[in-house]
Amino acid sequence: MAKTLLDKIWDAHVVKSIPGGLDVFYIDRHLIHEVTSPQAFDEIEARGLPLFRKEQIVATADHNVPTKNQHLPIQEPLSRFQVDKLTENCAKHNIELYGLGHEKQGIVHVMGPELGITQPGMTIVCGDSHTSTHGAFGAIAFGIGTSQVAQVMASQCLLLSKPKSMRITVDGDVRPGVTAKDIILYVISKLGTGGATGYFVEYAGSAFRNLSMEGRMTVCNMSIEMGARGGMIAPDQTTFDYLNGREFAPKGERWDQAVAYWSTLFTEEGAAFDKELTFDAADIAPMITFGTNPGMGMAIDALIPTEVPVSEQASYSKSLQYMGFQPGESLLGKEIQYVFIGSCTNSRIEDLRQVARFVQGKKKAPHVEAIIVPGSKQVEKQAIEEGIDKVLAEAGFELREPGCSACLAMNEDKIPAGAYCVSTSNRNFEGRQGPGSRTLLASPLVAAITAVEGKIVDITQYLN
Amino acid sequence: MEKFEVLQSTAVPLPIENIDTDQIIPARFLKATSREGFGENLFRDWRFDNAGQPKADFVMNTGRYSGKILVAGKNFGCGSSREHAAWAIYDAGFKVVISSFFADIFKGNALNNGLLPLQVSDEVLARLLAQIEQDPQTTLVVNLVNQELEVPVWEEKISFEIDAYKKECLINGYDDIDFLVNQKEAIEQYESNRPWAY
Repeated sequence: MAKTLLDKIWDAHVVKSIPGGLDVFYIDRHLIHEVTSPQAFDEIEARGLPLFRKEQIVATADHNVPTKNQHLPIQEPLSRFQVDKLTENCAKHNIELYGLGHEKQGIVHVMGPELGITQPGMTIVCGDSHTSTHGAFGAIAFGIGTSQVAQVMASQCLLLSKPKSMRITVDGDVRPGVTAKDIILYVISKLGTGGATGYFVEYAGSAFRNLSMEGRMTVCNMSIEMGARGGMIAPDQTTFDYLNGREFAPKGERWDQAVAYWSTLFTEEGAAFDKELTFDAADIAPMITFGTNPGMGMAIDALIPTEVPVSEQASYSKSLQYMGFQPGESLLGKEIQYVFIGSCTNSRIEDLRQVARFVQGKKKAPHVEAIIVPGSKQVEKQAIEEGIDKVLAEAGFELREPGCSACLAMNEDKIPAGAYCVSTSNRNFEGRQGPGSRTLLASPLVAAITAVEGKIVDITQYLN
Repeated sequence: MEKFEVLQSTAVPLPIENIDTDQIIPARFLKATSREGFGENLFRDWRFDNAGQPKADFVMNTGRYSGKILVAGKNFGCGSSREHAAWAIYDAGFKVVISSFFADIFKGNALNNGLLPLQVSDEVLARLLAQIEQDPQTTLVVNLVNQELEVPVWEEKISFEIDAYKKECLINGYDDIDFLVNQKEAIEQYESNRPWAY
């Protein structure tokens, strides 16, 4: 029977199947960070269990780190304690740690791919729902809870039932100004925030095929925002070119063997999916969200929908009330106080380049605070080498040090209550960027234009 | 993990759809390195104002509702993988969450902590929410052994689905880690026989 990409990788990682439909499922790489690992270390220690395959674990500090003065001790005591705890646990168990200040430190989903830790055909887990990002390489990658972090530490395996499969095909050329972020925000707006729950999504078609690896990571990253535990794109020459020469990628003869194997990782003709959806790339416009979940997105020049199913009306009204918007209203002309460019969705070098290209020779609006947080030390270094830091500084943007930052506002980077923030991150939930904050998700390009204009504008007129 | 067989309790209704884990426990409360104490910040920004005072109109503050069962709108627990969400609900005294749809990672996390995610149809959920709002003293009986949700006032028993393995785990208080560690031999054999290893 013809196999899907998911079938091929899944089947290759089943240690054994147990009665009732669960598989003992093998994990190739386990990424850990300071927030979801301490209780897992405690658990295996309390049970007296050793780490089963510590060399398959890589750690970094990202969620809870300051983005200013990273060379100094962390000011906030609880954050410092949590980051120190990670350092202590990694030292005790001899786990590779790219901690604060390390040249390889970064947001876990930026760090893994750029170092070549993430490879096609792998299974990758992390105690973070945006682990779906790594699926861009043709890997099975998904977020897990802390109990599962402990399970992987103890056995390098998880007990899972195979997810259902969904293929989302987007063919055709996108319009000017439409980026990977717009494509995925469009897809999520069509499926809703729970529309892919229970599925692993494979993204297919020329619109995804034409994306760079950075763009593919942005797409797969947001799979969880429609409920899919993972998203994936079959590896191709773009994938191999990206990986070739990266620190942990295979080298020499081993590289040739790897490419030969990776080239077999695609969905075969006639393979069946549990669900198939198709969209036309030409229908996708630059997107923005207007509500409090990522499914509440629309073309930037559209009107906030007025018609919603009866059962959803109460939640919909609550959401718009929180945002201070009315049904039927346009967002064009709305004044914005903050612009945040960063997060595991959009903080890679390509994102920073795109912002720099647009803001070169321009200034941000005086009332806007524009913050750019690179995804990793490597991204930061490259931005400086390319002179992007100077372009941003001249435009009045503040380039910070790497971390998750205002995407989830665990550190001091918070948007004040009531303020609007156009953000390149992945979640516009109530209070996500700080209590009372109002988030509008968009691409780095839309974010850059918004920072300069100080309000939401129809970006198409700025594209020439 | 605590064992779960049958639970009889009143319930707390939260008729909001797509309740995400940032609402259940905001990220700024994830700095603790133990599993305890998250209950006091459950639904923090809905439950308390900026000064930390209870918001009088929130369902947990009105004094009208109580019990160990939370009944919430569709697509409960979407968003982040933070197990802290399941810990917070459990720590606040809930043993069961009833909804018509659960986000995947939350559901797994709940099951790994002895918190039962009980899925009913949209229609049953709507009736349950209306029933509890009308009579907060309504008692529900969750029988995991028989996979039945009993609503005595309706004289109705509604069956629900649960993975057979997970059911056994909940009833006996087992967790996956013991099972997996016992598979060590099979795992090592798998590792040595892989056609392609990383």
